[in-house]
Amino acid sequence: MSRDIPVGRGEPSPDENGKLERAWGTPPGLVGWLSSIDHKVIGYRFIVTAMAFFAAGGILAALMRLQLAVPENSLIGPDLYNQIFTMHGTTMMFLFAVPVMQAMGVYLVPLMVGTRNIAFPRLNAYAYWIYLFGGLMIYTAFALDIGPDAGWFSYPPLAGPEFSPGKRVDFWAQLITFTEVSGLLTSIVLITTILKLRAPGMTLDRMPLFVWAILVTSFMIMFAMPAIMFASTGLITDRLVGTHFYNPAEGGDAMLWQHLFWFFGHPEVYIIFIPALGFISSIIATFARRPVFGYPVLVLSMIATGFLGFGLWVHHMFATDAPELGKSFFTAASMIIAIPTALQIFCWITTLWNGRLNFRVPLLFVLAFFFILVIGGLTGIMLASGPLDLQVHDTYFVVAHLHYVLIGGAVFPLFGAFYYWFPKITGRMLNERLGRWNFWLFFIGFNVTFFPMHHLGLYGMPRRVYTYPANVGWSDLNAVATLGAVVIAVSMLLFLVNVIRSYRSGARSPHDPWSAPTLEWATASPPPVYNFARIPIVASREPLWGPSGIVGRVDGLSMDPPENLVTCVLDAAPDHRSVYPRPGIWPFLSAVATTVLFVGSIFTPWAIVWGAVPVAIALTAWFWPGKDEIDEHLALERKP
Amino acid sequence: MSAAGGGRLRLDIPRALVCCALTVALSACEREARRFDETAAKSVPAEPVRLSPLQPGGATPAPQMRNRAEDNAYAVSQGQRLFTAFNCVGCHAHGGGSIGPALMDDKWIYGQEPRNVYASIVQGRPNGMPSFSGKIPEAQVWQIVAYVRSMAGYLGSAAAPSRTDSMSAAGPEATRDPQPPRQTSTPQP
Amino acid sequence: MSARLNFASSVLAALSGVAYGAPFQNALLPAGVQADHVHTLWLIMLGTCTVVFIALFTAFVAALWRAPRSTEETPPQTSRTTGTERGATRAVALGAALSIAGLLGLLVASVVTDRALAGLPLKDGLVIEVNGQQWWWQVTYAPGDPSRTFETANELHIPVGRPVLLKLQSPDVIHSFWVPNLAPKKDLIPGRTLTLTLRADTPGVYRGQCAEFCGYQHAKMAFLVIAEEPAQYEQWAQSQHDSAKEPADAVRKRGRQVFMESPCVMCHAIQGTRANARTGPDLTHVASRMTLAAGTLPNTRGHLAGWITNPQQVKPGANMPAVTLPADDLQALLTYLESLK
Repeated sequence: MSRDIPVGRGEPSPDENGKLERAWGTPPGLVGWLSSIDHKVIGYRFIVTAMAFFAAGGILAALMRLQLAVPENSLIGPDLYNQIFTMHGTTMMFLFAVPVMQAMGVYLVPLMVGTRNIAFPRLNAYAYWIYLFGGLMIYTAFALDIGPDAGWFSYPPLAGPEFSPGKRVDFWAQLITFTEVSGLLTSIVLITTILKLRAPGMTLDRMPLFVWAILVTSFMIMFAMPAIMFASTGLITDRLVGTHFYNPAEGGDAMLWQHLFWFFGHPEVYIIFIPALGFISSIIATFARRPVFGYPVLVLSMIATGFLGFGLWVHHMFATDAPELGKSFFTAASMIIAIPTALQIFCWITTLWNGRLNFRVPLLFVLAFFFILVIGGLTGIMLASGPLDLQVHDTYFVVAHLHYVLIGGAVFPLFGAFYYWFPKITGRMLNERLGRWNFWLFFIGFNVTFFPMHHLGLYGMPRRVYTYPANVGWSDLNAVATLGAVVIAVSMLLFLVNVIRSYRSGARSPHDPWSAPTLEWATASPPPVYNFARIPIVASREPLWGPSGIVGRVDGLSMDPPENLVTCVLDAAPDHRSVYPRPGIWPFLSAVATTVLFVGSIFTPWAIVWGAVPVAIALTAWFWPGKDEIDEHLALERKP
Repeated sequence: MSAAGGGRLRLDIPRALVCCALTVALSACEREARRFDETAAKSVPAEPVRLSPLQPGGATPAPQMRNRAEDNAYAVSQGQRLFTAFNCVGCHAHGGGSIGPALMDDKWIYGQEPRNVYASIVQGRPNGMPSFSGKIPEAQVWQIVAYVRSMAGYLGSAAAPSRTDSMSAAGPEATRDPQPPRQTSTPQP
Repeated sequence: MSARLNFASSVLAALSGVAYGAPFQNALLPAGVQADHVHTLWLIMLGTCTVVFIALFTAFVAALWRAPRSTEETPPQTSRTTGTERGATRAVALGAALSIAGLLGLLVASVVTDRALAGLPLKDGLVIEVNGQQWWWQVTYAPGDPSRTFETANELHIPVGRPVLLKLQSPDVIHSFWVPNLAPKKDLIPGRTLTLTLRADTPGVYRGQCAEFCGYQHAKMAFLVIAEEPAQYEQWAQSQHDSAKEPADAVRKRGRQVFMESPCVMCHAIQGTRANARTGPDLTHVASRMTLAAGTLPNTRGHLAGWITNPQQVKPGANMPAVTLPADDLQALLTYLESLK
């Protein structure tokens, strides 16, 4: 691209770049590899890991479709099928959807807000390792026939000690603990980065919409996760030490679980969905060659969704004995949440209407949203209605609905985001032709798989059945759905081929291949370890569009020890400099110690006691200031 | 690419993972297996078991045998379900005993070895224990045996049941310490 | 109603291009007043949502159609031309207003339906207790009235036109009672009694199924609801209330003896004999039922034999153990069970 990146004054010399490289880089060798705290390294590993789990979850889904392709199939028995669908749901919700959105945030947010690295980078690395170990734990358990089999929702009493003997559900409950810890810590890291590390001049109303989306999501995680944290802890103590949280005979209540679980579970949907809204806004702006229409409307809609998302969990429980008036309230609340989403869709259509469109692959994936998510949203309105929900609740209608919402609302935009940011992350372009095949096969395969499920639900097919009889009229539609799943699988293979081929030998990408408006495109592709040699000073919502977007560069930050600029929450005025932590092995070792504690506590409650010792040692070592570090601080205090 | 750190290492990690996965898959977990199609044989009268510890000419220990159901959490929980379904609780309560003797203490009138418990169920015992010979399939008897022994803490905590969803004063079987048998020479009702 | 059905069926057939599911388990073919209320709401929702979808999608396609094309080289348009943006603001505001109005309409429709469902008059209602358990349905008629009460399993007979009050309970895990043709579903939650009201208006056999995941055999926890004319129902209820008849011949006598001597007697009851266990389905009138193993197998001699000798083949994980019997004994047992009309 011929367009110049606005650089402002004071481009650093090669010598300075070398110094920066040393100050912000990752040490060599295995220990260095495990010690890295660069948000790009961690974010990249996070994304790759989440995609690996996505592939695993997808293979499990394909197995289920194979089993259901014909009635009375004997390919997979009920024991294995229950493990498979539980693992599929658990993987997709806890190991793919939320982590991959946070991972994109970890990679992109520091670049988008124009800072050198993420806040609390060692915490960020620790969160990644915890997530990885949790995922490995549950898949190891699955390989050992200890895969959880009570559903990703694990309703007691079925998931309780009496009806789920063995350790299967305990592994599930501890996986939740792993993902809670990881999700909460990543949220803290992202919120701090967004509120305190923005480039000078990037006031709140100049923040890219994706950054807003991540901010709202992170706050939602912080408020939603504690509910399931309590719920899963109650479940595991019920199972391990005989507490009675969910035992009606001893004063507990099975409904308590459902309230706690869905108080987390419904916001979870928006936790997955809102970052995708950020992808869509970023991609539409770039490929419509204009800013997204209605920035305040979009921001307020996301915030409104964030709040409303906490007020409708009972619509998952209409079939229980919740009071009728309460159900009507939750029907109304569930319908209201359609309004902010509708507003955003209107704003995007308006943007497309008044834009000049460049139909590249990222835009195609985003445009699919307008077909798939709209259908999913409309069936969502149907499900909000209490009486109608009671006919289709827990049937394939809901399976269709949730996949329309989550795949149309999150996975299609995510794939758009991959095509869009792949050049930034790897320095190479994804192949456009393969991308188009990938898109169309995915789009067609998706609809062929999931559209017939609406009918199956209305025809009475319940969810989570490992087989069905031949005389109930579900055979044809199930066969069609399985056919669609094959098409999706082919499309995913094409994506994998495209990624591997392009990663090795794709066309080299310039800084800014799409000529996009936001700061991440102002640095090299892939970005240097220090992100920006000089932190830009921002004066517009689209800093790279127009001559006055970047009005200058920050000077005067120490290179060794590395320093980062901290700014004010609202107006991003420079606040102070903070010395950046050095890479270290302790986050990794702390994560190992934590994993030992969590896995040990599946087998004995005493693991919490003896397991706390290595955790305490690792954390103490992590925060123990070295002599060099103290000297550096003292030197800085004397000579800025 | 710079973002990936040491690219050389990434190649080896998936391979190592695959190796680990294969290793663990090969040693799959006995505790967790669900054997739905256990043998369909009718329960037959048990082979002779010793009902008294006293032997002329010094004691020789009875041969040990393993009850496979005791290693399997699902089998033990089935035993627990059957213990209620077949109305064992009617006399033994939930291990505390009422009309029948307690099963969670250290006193085993007819022996605490799996084969002794099996024989007691199948043959019946004087003073009120009915014989279930022919009425309970063999596999289910072994499941009940496993559960009965779990009540006195003989099973490892991994396979023994945790609490049930009913009222229980004694605490989960999985948390009980083994009760070493106190030998009694004469059967006491 | 049939005109509405035709409309719905043509819409759906057009959408899917595939034939209907079976008529006896289908939320779109209501045979009772409760399912009919919900079906009406479904048609309102489907109609509204279809209109919304078409409107939105038309606007979307039009936007793609009319917008000029660009490349990465196209300079971005950052100066906001106030004229078009004002039009856009108006369009978004209009869209928001329409959405709010539409949602309000749907909310009213939903609440009205809710009231209609709750307002089913229960005068002269039939009370039936349903105990869902892993993985079958225990059904008790006239609970609490010893002169009229009787028990059956996996099959409910109800008189057409008479309201039915179902008391739903579960002794183990959560299940959900759902007969799509007759009424929306309701959960069975341990420690609670939930109620569901329904009324069948068209005679027929309707299939229902557990809708809440409940373990290994959640898929095969079905039941039938047989809606019949009141006279027919009374006759059926009378016959179910009777105890089992004395075996008429030697083979059946032998069959009863086999039942009493085999594991059958540990779980099943036959009224009028000494078999009175309540762990499995009551078999007093097992031969009068249409299915075996909770709606899994048709009730024939061959299937019954298969179910007794190898239930784990049919329903892996079910609580029925395999029972091995000598061939003669098995035949005698089958003959006896077949006589329990």
